[in-house]
Amino acid sequence: MAQALDEIKIGGLGSSRKRVEDDRFLRGKGNYTDDFKLTGMLHMEILRSPVAHARIKSVDTTKAWQIPGVHMVLTGEMAAQHNLAWMPTLSYDTQAVLATDKVRFQGQEIACVVADDPYIAKDGCEAIEVEYEPLPAIVNPEQALASDAPLIRDDKVGQNDNVCYRWEVGDREGTERAFAQADKISTLRLHYPRSHPSPIECCGSIADYNPATTKLTVYMTTQAPHIIRSAVALVAELPEHMIRIISPDIGGGFGNKVPVYPGYVASILCSILLGRPVKWIEDKTGNLTSTGFARDMYIEGQLALRNDGKILATRFHADTDNGAFFSDAQPSKFKIGLFHSAFGCYDIPYGYQTAQGTYTNKAPGGVAYRCSFRITEAMFFQERMIRAAAFDLGMDQAEFRRMNLVKDDDFPHRTPFGFLLDSGQYEKCLDVALDAIGYQDFLREKEEARSRGRRLGIGISTMSEPLGAGNSREYDIIGIKMFDAAELRVHPSGKAILKIGAKTQGQGHETTFAQIVTHELGIPAPDIVVEHGDTDNTPYGMGTYASRSTPTAGAATAMVSRKIRAKARKLAAHLLEVSEEDVEWELGRFYVRGAHDRGVTIQDCAMAAYSNMPDGLEPGLENNAYYDPPNLTWPFAAYIVTVEVDPETGVWDVLRMVAVDDCGVRINPMIVEGQIMGGMTEAYAMANMQFITFDADGNCVGSNYMDYLLPTAWETPGFELHEVTTASPHHPIGAKGVGECAAVGGPAAFVNAVMDAIDDTGVRNIDMPLLPDRVWEAITYKRDVSGAPPVKTD
Amino acid sequence: MEERRVNVTVNGEPKVADVEPRMLLAHFLREVLGLTGTHIGCDTTNCGACTVNFDGKPIKSCTMFAVQADGHEVETVEGISRASELHAVQEGFKEEHGLQCGFCTSGMMMTAKALLEENPNPTEEDVRWALSGNLCRCTGYQNIVKSVLWAAEKMRSEAAVRR
Amino acid sequence: MYPSRFRYEAPRSLSEALDLLKLYGEDAKILAGGQSLTPMIKLRFTSFEVLIDINNIPGLDYHRADSDGTLHFGALCRHSDLEHSELLHRQQPTMAAAAPLIADPIVRNRGTLVGSLCHADPQGDWASVMLALNGEIIAASAEGERVIPVSELVVGPFQNALRQGEIAVEARVPAPKGTVSGDYLKLERRVGDFATVGVAVALESSGSTVSRAGIALTGVGPQNIKATAAEQALVGNSLNSGTIDQAARLAAEAAQPKTDHRGSAEYKRHVVQTFVSRALANRQPARAA
Repeated sequence: MAQALDEIKIGGLGSSRKRVEDDRFLRGKGNYTDDFKLTGMLHMEILRSPVAHARIKSVDTTKAWQIPGVHMVLTGEMAAQHNLAWMPTLSYDTQAVLATDKVRFQGQEIACVVADDPYIAKDGCEAIEVEYEPLPAIVNPEQALASDAPLIRDDKVGQNDNVCYRWEVGDREGTERAFAQADKISTLRLHYPRSHPSPIECCGSIADYNPATTKLTVYMTTQAPHIIRSAVALVAELPEHMIRIISPDIGGGFGNKVPVYPGYVASILCSILLGRPVKWIEDKTGNLTSTGFARDMYIEGQLALRNDGKILATRFHADTDNGAFFSDAQPSKFKIGLFHSAFGCYDIPYGYQTAQGTYTNKAPGGVAYRCSFRITEAMFFQERMIRAAAFDLGMDQAEFRRMNLVKDDDFPHRTPFGFLLDSGQYEKCLDVALDAIGYQDFLREKEEARSRGRRLGIGISTMSEPLGAGNSREYDIIGIKMFDAAELRVHPSGKAILKIGAKTQGQGHETTFAQIVTHELGIPAPDIVVEHGDTDNTPYGMGTYASRSTPTAGAATAMVSRKIRAKARKLAAHLLEVSEEDVEWELGRFYVRGAHDRGVTIQDCAMAAYSNMPDGLEPGLENNAYYDPPNLTWPFAAYIVTVEVDPETGVWDVLRMVAVDDCGVRINPMIVEGQIMGGMTEAYAMANMQFITFDADGNCVGSNYMDYLLPTAWETPGFELHEVTTASPHHPIGAKGVGECAAVGGPAAFVNAVMDAIDDTGVRNIDMPLLPDRVWEAITYKRDVSGAPPVKTD
Repeated sequence: MEERRVNVTVNGEPKVADVEPRMLLAHFLREVLGLTGTHIGCDTTNCGACTVNFDGKPIKSCTMFAVQADGHEVETVEGISRASELHAVQEGFKEEHGLQCGFCTSGMMMTAKALLEENPNPTEEDVRWALSGNLCRCTGYQNIVKSVLWAAEKMRSEAAVRR
Repeated sequence: MYPSRFRYEAPRSLSEALDLLKLYGEDAKILAGGQSLTPMIKLRFTSFEVLIDINNIPGLDYHRADSDGTLHFGALCRHSDLEHSELLHRQQPTMAAAAPLIADPIVRNRGTLVGSLCHADPQGDWASVMLALNGEIIAASAEGERVIPVSELVVGPFQNALRQGEIAVEARVPAPKGTVSGDYLKLERRVGDFATVGVAVALESSGSTVSRAGIALTGVGPQNIKATAAEQALVGNSLNSGTIDQAARLAAEAAQPKTDHRGSAEYKRHVVQTFVSRALANRQPARAA
């Protein structure tokens, strides 16, 4: 008898196979952008504005040009001659590449110096003399909307105020009616502070324009090489087929490496002007002060409640601080991303949401920092609001959630904002989490500790977030629909090469995407190599962010594997000398129906595709698939955190942290757990220490790692992970995506835990991060604590 | 420009080069010697991506000038495995999924290696403490800690076999 | 991340270093551990013409105790030497408590106690410890050595009292009289963060009576603050909730905190009070005289 293949053993679905990419990283043989050295390569450094808002009176580059080893000093004026002083953003705004008229935020790019080495380039930057005429700085929406506020975007025709967008969604009238019928209305106002994805590797590029061939090759830190190629073609007016974007190993992305930044464009222009490769590697200060920030949103909203705990409606408004240029990286149709995914996992009949964006003198970006476009703010507000409402009703926070969560048999469930949630076991996830933490025991422990002056608290966060944009009906970026692709070639010996449009930044695509092929074809995972990140050698894709790789490119991988299998079936029939209808499939093998022993392996079919194909059948065994998902995917998570707060200092410590994730079918459980722990750590960081703020003059506080605090191994708590699996009904292998769930849903669990520990004070909100002084102030003065900029200073 | 001669032993091999005094050790390793496994992550001596072992002790190579290494021994990630054989710390990181993007990994492993040479039997707390000068954005540290403990155990059992 | 140009000298002896210092005068900068200076050089926050690296001078990496208990720390004694020092764990609990809280473990492998003191960062931890212990710096020059009490070394933020031509070669803690106890408490949001507030407490007592008290504060003024009134409130008394409360209150009054992104002035003052009180109540004893 032919032995059936053990899918786990050959590295298929559900196998925690060790990562393929580790071998090079462990030996220090990764290839990050900064590791490439091209012949004749020059180095570029950027001069940045020290002030937040000022008119540029003059830029004198004379001394910089005189430094030996300096090849080019590029100013805004020079860029303008090539029509590149400004570039379009992903949100249909414009952004300065190099400032010509004004600087609009501290850290903005003024000029670039290209030299033999980066030390000399830096000397050149230092030698540039810029004269500024200072203007008042705006650091929050309230200032931006004041009647006497200076106009930040005076470059834009018809722009008479500092508003960059307005947005509304939902049923306003229905919501008002529901509110009129409410027993109780619960209200919350909070600020989700500005944060930065801050991968350890900063952004960078090596632009290599070859004057002989007129081909431009750009090595760069991008999560979305194909869309960047299209963007470069549009911005630089170069023919797209003569642009090759290579995204080599990336030292973390988290959304930071999605947009097009001035540094990339400047390095390209310098390479074209000089005819030599130009490398630009950003420093950390440049990264934190000028590239894509995240969050910075003020949210106020209400829940209409019945006394028994039923939520009748929700309404909320968000003011976003978008910085000097509206360059949010998000699907074009949505001005505040998928913020309207808030409250999706709760069965709420009516909802109405409004939003307004403002220009300020802060860095642009609005990137999806480990989230699908503003859903982190949405889920944070949702879960903080849910806790506040339970508190207002005097209900247990777990029971309040249970009462309002969408029930298992209510799927598909349409939210008041139009999303269609398709699957889940929400209550089960909550129960697993409550059991794991020992909920009732902890409540007793908390009460007992309180009687002895100790403050313990427990925080819950339950949420379902939309992942995997998109479907092409609703989701596009600069007009290009958000699908993804995969191309699969099976060689004569049965070894395969998979090429995808997505791009790993640490998620392990080279490992897991092979596992999908293994699951579909039974080719052992070690026999499959995954290529990505090079636009000349991979099919078009929208890139890796918004947890979309598995939902889109992963699905495309499954679909192309199925196309290969369909052709292999023809080959098998030919080899087995039966008709195709009489051929049955099991993992890795076709056999004759009713005669299990009479079979051929997928490898046999591969060889036949090149050596023994039937008449009329095209030779070879390769194909591609473009996948346009019918819906988003809807993972669910329940996170519970317990803390102890020191009332004397406001310092809080995490006692335990339990995560229950239902991300659908897990391709590689080891990697999934790694993603959850990473996300949870970012959640902890945001709740505890990680934020960027500004003083009244627009100076960035948090411009380096001395002030922008990231937790170390010492502070970061341990995580206890649990699993529930509800397969996605539409994804070919039932997966839902997981990269960001914990970072999205986690922060509220930490904050709710601290709020629970001080629940006798009447305090409704402390803005993140919950710095010790903020917690102390809340306890001591029994008042809410705002964290909105400008930061208070003496 | 004035250059200085530097004699430094890197991964056991003597290296000689003339460098500007202002060149950082991290740049010397990467640009002059081509050892790009040592990464540069921040400007302010916080992230530890550039950690190398200097006379056996982990230091941040972005916070030392190459000229300061004159007459000293430097070990980088490229020097810890022999041919195809990984060091136990490297194996541990693979076994316990202690890396994702890989950017902090070299520095983490250098710190971990120095820790295990000093303390072959660390507790989880010892490991977390020792690694608290190295930042990671991907893993949440839990698997890194497990990786180091895995390596410690392997190194102990190998040492026991040798005895 | 790319420093300006400078000349580099690596003297092999103290006298050579002093000669170089004399030669270059104001244009020279001394490099010891370099964990504060080098980042400033990289960010081009400081400029000079000649860097005199003293790391190659033999015999400066010591720390030791005289028979009377006086402690000596050479200019190249690293934070990590102190973190793992049996001597400090035995004899000097305030220093033993502070050493692991300096920067992070990797930085501690290079940074030096003496260098930290000379760097005079108002958020530096060691200066508070040394103020509490009545520590001193030995400055060497071509003319000989002089002793500078740490209370006189720091003259402002990042400004020290060393004269041109002087190198700080040693830090010294005078011999204690009586039983030693002490602690260092630091509120930091993560390892490697500067202190939001730091409090050093160093006591000597005879029986239950405090014979000498040192209390100093980090991060709550333009420089580290010696809380003299709080110290005096303890001397001649035994420690009890009354004297502890009073000392904590006086220390809080001595603080001159400013509101910034690490916290409000009021909060920091409150933490000073809390920490002084906790440090006095839970202070660690020296294990041997």
